[in-house]
Amino acid sequence: MTRPLRASSVLGLVYAGLLYGFIFLPVAVLVLFSFHRGRFPIPPFNGPSLRWYDQILSDGRLMDALLNSLTVGVLSSLASVLLGFLAAYGIARHRPPGSRLLSGFLMAPLTVSYLIIGMGLLITFNAAGMPKSLLATGLGHIVINLPLCFAIIYSQLTDDQANIERSARDLGASEAKVLLLVTAPMIWPALFASFFLAFTFSWDEFVIAFLLTRFDVTLPVEIWSLLRSGLNPKTNAIGTLVFGVSILLVFVIEAVVFGRRRAST
Amino acid sequence: MEGVRGSLFAGPALLYTLLFFAVPFAVMAYVSLTPSTGSGGAGLSFANYAAFFERSYFLGAMANSLVVTAIVTVVSILLAYPFAVVLAEVVPERWQRLALALAVLPFWTSYVVRSYSWLLVLSSNGVINKALTGIGLLSEPLDLANSRLATVIGFTHFFVMLLTLTIYANLKQLPPSFRKAAADLGAGPVRTFVHVTLPLTLPGIMTGAFLTFVLCIGDFITPQILGGNNELLMPQLIMLQVGRRADFPMASALSILLMIVVTIAYFACARWLRLERSR
Repeated sequence: MTRPLRASSVLGLVYAGLLYGFIFLPVAVLVLFSFHRGRFPIPPFNGPSLRWYDQILSDGRLMDALLNSLTVGVLSSLASVLLGFLAAYGIARHRPPGSRLLSGFLMAPLTVSYLIIGMGLLITFNAAGMPKSLLATGLGHIVINLPLCFAIIYSQLTDDQANIERSARDLGASEAKVLLLVTAPMIWPALFASFFLAFTFSWDEFVIAFLLTRFDVTLPVEIWSLLRSGLNPKTNAIGTLVFGVSILLVFVIEAVVFGRRRAST
Repeated sequence: MEGVRGSLFAGPALLYTLLFFAVPFAVMAYVSLTPSTGSGGAGLSFANYAAFFERSYFLGAMANSLVVTAIVTVVSILLAYPFAVVLAEVVPERWQRLALALAVLPFWTSYVVRSYSWLLVLSSNGVINKALTGIGLLSEPLDLANSRLATVIGFTHFFVMLLTLTIYANLKQLPPSFRKAAADLGAGPVRTFVHVTLPLTLPGIMTGAFLTFVLCIGDFITPQILGGNNELLMPQLIMLQVGRRADFPMASALSILLMIVVTIAYFACARWLRLERSR
């Protein structure tokens, strides 16, 4: 950069530095004290030690909860992408009467707090005699992720793709074939992105899972019960582990979805 | 004919949303009209809603929620806007993606853990207190956690990241020629900002502010972990009705009142919101 730095730019960079400090302070403390040797994650730091990672990996309840979260996350995200894709295709391509209203209805859950969605499901399942379970939680996660997947995929179904689909239909492809062999491959980055976004939301969701599970719980609910023991390096360790895995996922999405887009332009 | 096929594809999603979103909502609305646990009432009535407006305990929780949410929204915008401007205009173009990715990196920590990590920083033997007593600025540690301040800090941390994203995206959409034109017409940097940049980034600000409002006012975890027991916010009050008292009717009424507040906020910002299909 040959542009001379003006005083206001320097001031701006100092401000940005301070804000980075604010944003990273708790995360840095969390990660640092996950390697703490002592029983309380408070200064002064002594370590490094992997003692607490050892503990969480041999903690059956935590590992069960982790597996539950993975299962609920993968299955509910797959269902959300599938339902969202079909709906986006139907509304964008066939323009049924009142399509604005229909997509508005599908997006409505986005404007309602998770707490209220969870409450509604709890009361309804309770009235219907359906017990609290991971299945109930998964159904709840589809409610919050379906509008998201629908919105992302809908925004990617552009008109020039419609021409390609039309030519496939003219060449005799059935509707199912068009959907599977033409549309899906054209917009797979959107499908992929919406799946991972949905997965992240499900993976991290607390209040619906808290309301709708009892014995088999998801990871955020299990972490919540760990918190009752106060400041505990085990919580730091599991938190750091989840953080690491999420970052890895973000890199995968970045490489696959955006890497491709960059290569194609 | 075309339309019929379209609704066929959208059918499963519409049915799902109907069954697991609209119906539960209707059930909740119905239950909110039934007598609350231990009230001894019978039949359908607005008694639960009346109770909300009569008891200061309930009204106080709503007031706390509104005040905390308003503070968080305003503070987050004030912190995030200049940050987004620096990222979009001062940081060299090729570093911007990295700078932005770093600015939202803590998004990817678990949501429950994010509040807990502020506990590590703010509690009486946490990092800040140890640092301040260490250099002799404080003789007694301050209990910064378990307070409204801690709740606000925890929320602001999250929403600064969110707002930085929405405002940055909005700033990048502005053609640089607009500001050049303002400069050519003799406007200084301040006037250009007030009359050109700020009005054009209002949609980004309002979208972010609305998201902040909705997510903040409905959040249970942050006030529960960081706020201590001094005051209750609406989500905590609702969870108390469900958990301790299994009072579904009262919890339903409170949930619906919370939703009404969010809906009012939506209509207040609707003209700036861009939730439409992007072109």
